[in-house]
Amino acid sequence: MSTAIDAAQIRRRTQELLAAHPPATTGRTDFLQARFDAGLAWVHYPVGLGGLDASRSLQPVVDAELAAAGAPDNDPRRIGIGLGMAAPTILGYGTEEQKQRFLRPLWVGEEVWCQLFSEPGAGSDLAALGTRAVRDEGGDWVVDGQKVWTSSAHVARWAILIARTDPDVPKHQGISYFICDMTDPGVEVRPLRQITGEAEFNEVFLTGVRIPDSRRLGPVGDGWKVAQTTLMNERVSIGGARIPREGGMIGTVARTWREQPALRTHDLHQRLLTLWVEAEVARLTGERLRQQLVAGQPGPEGSGMKLAFARLNQEISGLEVELLGDEGLLYSDWTMRRPEIVDFTGRDAGYRYLRSKGNSIEGGTSEVLLNIVAERVLGLPVEPRNDKDVAWKDLAR
Amino acid sequence: MTAQTEAAQAPDLLYSEAEEDLRSAVRSLLAGRADAPAVIAGIESDTPYDLRLWESLAAGIGAAGLLVPEKLGGQGATHREAAVVLEELGRSVAPAPYLTSAVVATEILLALGAGDGPVAGLLAELAAGRKVAVLALPFSTPPADGAAAMTGTLERTVTGVAEAEAADVLLVPTADGLYAVETGGDGVAVQALVPLDLTRPLATVTLSGAAGTLLADAGPAAAAVSKGLLAGAGLLASEQLGLAEWCLTETVRHTRERHQFNRPVGSFQSLKHRMAQLWLEVVSARAAARNAADALATGSPDAPLAVAVAQAYCSRVAVNAAEECVQLHGGIGMTWEHPAHLYLKRAKADSIAYGTAGRHRETVAGLVELPAP
Repeated sequence: MSTAIDAAQIRRRTQELLAAHPPATTGRTDFLQARFDAGLAWVHYPVGLGGLDASRSLQPVVDAELAAAGAPDNDPRRIGIGLGMAAPTILGYGTEEQKQRFLRPLWVGEEVWCQLFSEPGAGSDLAALGTRAVRDEGGDWVVDGQKVWTSSAHVARWAILIARTDPDVPKHQGISYFICDMTDPGVEVRPLRQITGEAEFNEVFLTGVRIPDSRRLGPVGDGWKVAQTTLMNERVSIGGARIPREGGMIGTVARTWREQPALRTHDLHQRLLTLWVEAEVARLTGERLRQQLVAGQPGPEGSGMKLAFARLNQEISGLEVELLGDEGLLYSDWTMRRPEIVDFTGRDAGYRYLRSKGNSIEGGTSEVLLNIVAERVLGLPVEPRNDKDVAWKDLAR
Repeated sequence: MTAQTEAAQAPDLLYSEAEEDLRSAVRSLLAGRADAPAVIAGIESDTPYDLRLWESLAAGIGAAGLLVPEKLGGQGATHREAAVVLEELGRSVAPAPYLTSAVVATEILLALGAGDGPVAGLLAELAAGRKVAVLALPFSTPPADGAAAMTGTLERTVTGVAEAEAADVLLVPTADGLYAVETGGDGVAVQALVPLDLTRPLATVTLSGAAGTLLADAGPAAAAVSKGLLAGAGLLASEQLGLAEWCLTETVRHTRERHQFNRPVGSFQSLKHRMAQLWLEVVSARAAARNAADALATGSPDAPLAVAVAQAYCSRVAVNAAEECVQLHGGIGMTWEHPAHLYLKRAKADSIAYGTAGRHRETVAGLVELPAP
């Protein structure tokens, strides 16, 4: 829980950091390391691990002060998986040694992380995963299997990995959670080209990959529970970004509407207004969620935000392609590229239309999220299941 | 485009402790005096209004005077608190002339800005719950038509006036200005209509040789009437929110208990997804409704847009929630005995009140510069 550190103290520490390491004369990595060591990386993290045990709500004080001073940041979009998923899991389940080894280079961005969870045969039913981790005589783990939809795998130094360590128990019980070295010779990364033409993601083939037992996170067989921490953080990070009015895709289509009167039709006008209102309400809903978090009253609303944004992105970009007419028939470039970040605003409408199709699939399909809302928020009964008490090896696949 | 800069000042979208206390008081009053069987029995009696309920709500809790400053005899609260009262009234669909009198008529009188005289006198009566006043315009009139309503004379027939039967005073817009007309006086006829929504009676008002007190000239009256309608439309969103919440809660409760095929019907994904979707809409409607209430309370320049957005969104949510409530209840949802129909009728009528979603979208188009072809 947070100590008595307040905004004034945080501001003073930030100014001390800036005085000791002036951004103008300090290298980027040096500055970020000094920031981490000063506890100003993520102030809600423990002392010694880049934080000050302070309230999370004080982080904007640091960020604003550093931005005003022109200090470099750690380019959070490039290392989103490390920051949003690996770090909270390491913090929650890692040994002291693991925390000391991994968190600093993760936050600074010296070591990029990726996530080896989904498999061709385990998407929504992630717990059915079949990648095997078998313990050898020396106590190390040997991993064989295939992972898919892995962003950053081609640039990652480390991966968070879940694999099956016991096929003879029901699927949720036989999984363990590891930190996998992506430079291991048994790791093969292949680009996975998607409907946009580019390859944002990868397929990762694991063949005899050795992982020392010291890189296990949490107890053997407890990997599913550990993974829940990762996945909860994924959903928060996907739905949680703050946006100004007309800040999302609706802004792009609204600008086109204002600038190109010749494209306007009555049908498109009605649909545009409906979507504009829905986008504005989604923005307000996100704003209300943030106010609840700041007030210390977190609600279940977060579970719904990803659903809302997925649908809106798809409908708005679909409308935009139609609005553009002749131009909507064209596409900028089908060349297979390897983008480091997903940039909806820097690309053409066709790209937005195609890429946003993934918004209702990645990080939990909308159908699965609706089940989660129905069961965990509304308390509706779970669907009868026939997979909970069956050993993983006996499941149909 | 100035929208981005206007949005910089974030509205307060939460409920304060005092607002939650007010909610509890209103909710327990309504639970005690206006449960579903009582409302169903009332709508088929001579008068749907429970006068003791209105007295407790308006005077006992002081809800009628929330918008009125203390020096004019009110509670000195804001639209934020009135919105909470309306959420609870929407949840109960109890007939009470709150939106029409304690919000729209009261806001009009406040906008006329009189320290004493007939406006202040009437305000004090409304705030104390001793009198009810309604605006003599069709219930469907949107805020954008407020100025255009300043037409004609005191010799007129107005149809579709909400809660005129409960009113002691009519606020009548004419070309000369805004008049207050006592409903009990000569030359005033209030003829009840058969409304779709029996919990909010409608009437035809006929004025012929009626005496009226001129409250304001046409210029200031036009602005005041528009402001009253804006407050009405904005806080209607909170009524719609409360209504939608009731529909969702009852539907979840019913589908957890009702068994078919040896399972609770609420365990079927096709139903679960519809309720989860509805939950998302209710959560979103809450943000939109709170935004409108806060913008009205703070007198934000954003208020017309906040209200138009809230109405364009919440109308559909309330109707959808009530329609889903009927469908997911199955046969029992089609009966007169079950209260679902009260909510469906209220939701559908509310979607026309103070302008349809489509009218409010047109307002949005004007305010954010997205013109029609």
